[in-house]
Amino acid sequence: MYTQAVDVPGKDPGLDADRARSPEETRFESKIHADQKIEPRDWMPDAYRKTLIRQISQHAHSEIVGMLPEGNWITRAPSLKRKVILLAKVQDEAGHGLYLYAAAETLGVSRDALIDALHAGTAKYSSIFNYPTLTWADIGVIGWLVDGAAIMNQIPLCRCSFGPYARAMIRICKEESFHQRQGYDLLAAMMRGTPAQRTMVQDAVNRWWWPVLMMFGPHDRESQHTPQAMAWGIKRISNDDLRQKFVDATVPQAALLGVTLPDPELKWNGERGHYDFGEIDWEEFWRVVNGDGPCNRERLATRIRAHEEGHWVREAALAYAEKQCTRAGNQAA
Amino acid sequence: MNRTEWPLWEVFIRSRQGLEHKHCGSLHAADAKQAIQMARDVYTRRQEGVSIWVVASNAITASDPDDKEALFDPMADKIYRHPTFYELPEELKHM
Repeated sequence: MYTQAVDVPGKDPGLDADRARSPEETRFESKIHADQKIEPRDWMPDAYRKTLIRQISQHAHSEIVGMLPEGNWITRAPSLKRKVILLAKVQDEAGHGLYLYAAAETLGVSRDALIDALHAGTAKYSSIFNYPTLTWADIGVIGWLVDGAAIMNQIPLCRCSFGPYARAMIRICKEESFHQRQGYDLLAAMMRGTPAQRTMVQDAVNRWWWPVLMMFGPHDRESQHTPQAMAWGIKRISNDDLRQKFVDATVPQAALLGVTLPDPELKWNGERGHYDFGEIDWEEFWRVVNGDGPCNRERLATRIRAHEEGHWVREAALAYAEKQCTRAGNQAA
Repeated sequence: MNRTEWPLWEVFIRSRQGLEHKHCGSLHAADAKQAIQMARDVYTRRQEGVSIWVVASNAITASDPDDKEALFDPMADKIYRHPTFYELPEELKHM
C-alpha cells in the first residue's frame, strides 16, 4: 500500500560508464537495459541486492504499521457496512505486508532479521503513519489521499526490474483500487450529511494534505539514490514527477467532493499544463522520518507489543507441528 | 527469546476448475495444514482460487540460472519441431 522514497545514505557503486566491470556485471546490466527481469538466483551486484532489501522491507513495514492508524477505528466504525469494509482493507494491508516480506526474503534475508530491524528502529516505514487518526473522517481521507498517493507510487513499481517485487506489486495494485474508492465514498457520504460532518471532512483534509505530499519523498535534486535506482530499473518515475501527477489528479477530485486543499499557492498553470503548489515543510518531514512525529513512539511500541504478545502462539504452533511430526514418525516405525 | 522461525512454504493456486495450479508466492507456517489455512487468507481473499497446494520451500530443487544456456539453447536450432517448419501445398488447406 505505501512506499516512500526515503533515501538512507549508503555507498553506490556509481554510474561511471568507464568503471571496470566483471562479466557477470556486464550480463546483469545488459539484462536491465533489455528490460528483462532479474530473478532471485540470478547474479546481481551487492548494492542492487541491498537497495532492494532496504526498499522492499521498508515497503513491507509500512503496510504492517499502516494497519495501526486504521485499526484504531474498527470498533468505532459508524455502521456494520463501514466496519466490514474497514476490516477488509486492514486485512489487505496485512496481506500486502506478507507478499512484500516474502519478496524481500528471496534476496537471502530472514523474516526475523527484517522484523528485528523495524523494532530496533534501524529500518524505516512511511512517515505518514506517524500522524494520528482523530476522527472518522480521517479514515476516509487515508483511503482517498494516502492510498491515492501510494497507488501513484506503486503503479510504476509493477515494472520494477526485480521479478518477485514486480509480481507482488501487481497483486497489490489490483487490490488497492478499492481502498481509495471506499475512502472517497465514505467522505462523499459525510459531505451529504450535517454541517458538522462536512467540517470534520475539511478538518481531516487540512491535517493530511501536506503529510501526504511528503509521502513522495525529498525533491529529486536532494535524492541522491534516484539516478542509481533509475539506472537499475527499480525506480521508474522521479519523486517530484509522481508528486506533480498526484496533485494534478487530486485537485478536481477535491472540487467534486466539495472540499478545499490547504495551500494558498495551489493554482492551475496553463503554461506548464500542471497545478503549481506551495513548498513542503521539509523540516517537519525529516523530523517525522527521524522518529519525532506525533505518533512514532506509539506506533513502534504497539508493533513491538503485538509481536511479543504473539510469541507464545508462534512457539506453541511450532511445538505442536514438531510433536505431530514425531508421532507420525513413531507410527511409521 | 527463542528466535526459531516458522518454515517457509511455496503456495500454488488453481484459479478455476480445469486450470493448472500456479505458483503465487510463499509464506511462513508451522506445518502444512497451517500453511494451507494461511495461504487461503493471504492469497485468496477475492476468490482467486478453488484449490491450494503448499510445498515446503526446502523440498524444491531448482535448475541453476548459470546452466540456462547449456539446458535450453540446444532447442533453439530444432525448428523442425514446430509445425510452421513444413511448407505444404496450398491445396491441402488444413493440416
